[in-house]
Amino acid sequence: MDSRKAGNLLKETFSDAVLKIEEFRGETSVTIESGRLVEIMKFLKQNSDLSYDMLVDLTSVDFPDQKMRFIISYLLNTTKFNNRLRIKTAVAEGSAVDSVCDIWKAANWMEREAAEMFGIHFNNHPNLKHILLTDDFVGHPLRKEYDVKGPDFGQPLKIDLEKEEIF
Amino acid sequence: MGVENTTAATLQDVINWARKNSIWPVTFGLACCALEMMVASSATYDISRFGAEVFRPSPRQTDLMIVAGTVTKKMAPVLRRIYEQMPEPKWVIAYGACACSGGIFQSYNVVQGVDQIVPVDVYVPGCPPRPEGLLKAIMRLQEKIAAEAPGQRKLVSLPWGKNG
Amino acid sequence: MAETRTMTINMGPQHPATHGVLRMVVELDGENVVNAQPHIGYLHRGIEKLFESMTYRQALPLTDRLDYTSGVSNNLAYCLAVEKLLNIEIPKRAQYLRVLLSELQRIAAHLLWLGTHALDLGAMTVLFYTFRERETVLEILELATGARITPSFIRIGGLAADIPDTFLPRVMAFVQEFPKRIDEYETLLTKNPIWKRRTTGIARMSAEDCINYGVTGPVLRASGVNYDVRKAYPYTSYEDFDFEIPLGKNGDVYDRYLVRLMEMRQSTRIVKQAAEKLPPGPVSATDAPQVVPPDKNDVTSDIASLIRHFKIMEEGFEPPPGEVYSSIESSKGELGFYIVSDGSNKPYRVRVRPPSFINLGALPKMIEGALVADVVAAIGSIDIVLGEIDR
Repeated sequence: MDSRKAGNLLKETFSDAVLKIEEFRGETSVTIESGRLVEIMKFLKQNSDLSYDMLVDLTSVDFPDQKMRFIISYLLNTTKFNNRLRIKTAVAEGSAVDSVCDIWKAANWMEREAAEMFGIHFNNHPNLKHILLTDDFVGHPLRKEYDVKGPDFGQPLKIDLEKEEIF
Repeated sequence: MGVENTTAATLQDVINWARKNSIWPVTFGLACCALEMMVASSATYDISRFGAEVFRPSPRQTDLMIVAGTVTKKMAPVLRRIYEQMPEPKWVIAYGACACSGGIFQSYNVVQGVDQIVPVDVYVPGCPPRPEGLLKAIMRLQEKIAAEAPGQRKLVSLPWGKNG
Repeated sequence: MAETRTMTINMGPQHPATHGVLRMVVELDGENVVNAQPHIGYLHRGIEKLFESMTYRQALPLTDRLDYTSGVSNNLAYCLAVEKLLNIEIPKRAQYLRVLLSELQRIAAHLLWLGTHALDLGAMTVLFYTFRERETVLEILELATGARITPSFIRIGGLAADIPDTFLPRVMAFVQEFPKRIDEYETLLTKNPIWKRRTTGIARMSAEDCINYGVTGPVLRASGVNYDVRKAYPYTSYEDFDFEIPLGKNGDVYDRYLVRLMEMRQSTRIVKQAAEKLPPGPVSATDAPQVVPPDKNDVTSDIASLIRHFKIMEEGFEPPPGEVYSSIESSKGELGFYIVSDGSNKPYRVRVRPPSFINLGALPKMIEGALVADVVAAIGSIDIVLGEIDR
């Protein structure tokens, strides 16, 4: 089943949770409600007509003007039918979305990255610590209000080896 | 200075001569420039002509740190620690634009020049510099070591001394 | 009974076998790994954030520095994504040259991997062999692109320039010679009992696990899954070329080694075909004057060209609003760019889908219960590049 049909099947099955289906440059994006995320993702993976067995990418985009400012975007791939489908869901600042780690193990690190870069919380994630940034890093760099140079650009760097934690 | 002239030289000259011809670098690649550093030790460029081919995995056996790549704020304390683990005498080459000045990465997590953390002896510009750049830097460093005056650096470092 | 305790040791970020600044915290019970967690981010340079502050054209050099072992592939992936957003057609000659250069780059990246991986496992000779050929490839790349590691040669809309006349003879000489060189590496390793003992059955991943962890590239294919972006979602005229996707069976370190060696042979085939079939014509899109800068000679003689050149360099171009994902098969796996445009001359959001990052996420699974010496073999077999993992 190709990605357009997959989008329509989703619309039929979850008519109340599927908000929008878009087509751009041959890519299908389905926007769904964040509360039904895990349910829909499980359906996408387990339905034998869809079998989206691979989570290719998971990331987020920040739209600070909107109430639901973070669009979380999941890119799925099926090795069986050879097509890709993008699932999008929006969350407001401070609210959380369920983790898809149990469905695809690949989500583990990508959710950690989205969490530290945007400050999105993922429920039921096994280990939502910082991954790329230091543990004491303040702020969420990929939010639009964060300056690319950071707050302390141009100031001398202070290093205190005595305070460094080894493990 | 050649070996034949050592009779007329001071002890300082002899020690400088020995030091400059056996600069052992620490195996410490950070980013893109590390590839060119590796190539410099391959047969084509042959860094061993300058006595600097013995890349040591442990900083405790080395004289030279080639900072080859971008230093991030997460890496900075590690880099400083490795520098402090190196015994005296020790030198630093900032290899590549990132190590010199942060390069094209003017961002929140990049140290804008490794000289904020450790004293740098030779800077090599380029993104990345060619392996010849590293060879030139080592030759510059050799000149610098050869010109070291008495008293500038301890001749013999004892383990319990300040620079041990 | 005596009390047993596990021991936690630190490996990296300065360690010769971690291929960069990877740090592993390994919990050991005697020699056996109980738990191993990669700690990354020591090379996090904020590249995704930097993309947002540059025009599409200015951001190209950032891509070279992601996976710095294969700069051309990164340029290609980024340009394909932007071109998809702009919806412009690239001339055949440029497409074939893109294939040729990125396959040469794949050979260079695999050679670097082979040399360092073998060095990690104690076979030092291979490094000197592979660096000899890698130097030849880099010289050929430098001949066309002018740079060894960071070419930025593939541009949005085509290529920066056409190839020089001396390029194709050098390429043909190389593809004649190179299969014999691969045979040489094989004499050193493929049947070497020490090599086999160090790699066979080590760090196995089943096909289901690989797919579940999102693993792509040679690691996935070594487990027997026939997924290669060049065949699954062909780009840049890969459908015109005749090549096979090498597959492994056991999904261990040894099979990953075999898959990469066979990939180098297939890449040589593709390079040969591309060089032989290279069509004449322009190397940049002719119907996209707002994207492709005018010829250098016109800029000095024609005022309209000068203005156009200035506008492209200063302001860039404004793609339509929308979002695209485009991916290629780089030497590490599926390298994708997800670009969100808001219609301005700077990307609103650029997400890099880094193959090494996702492959490395499967490492704890791979080395469950392994010996501590196998950790080095496993890291080497994934072929990670920290520039891409940390971005």
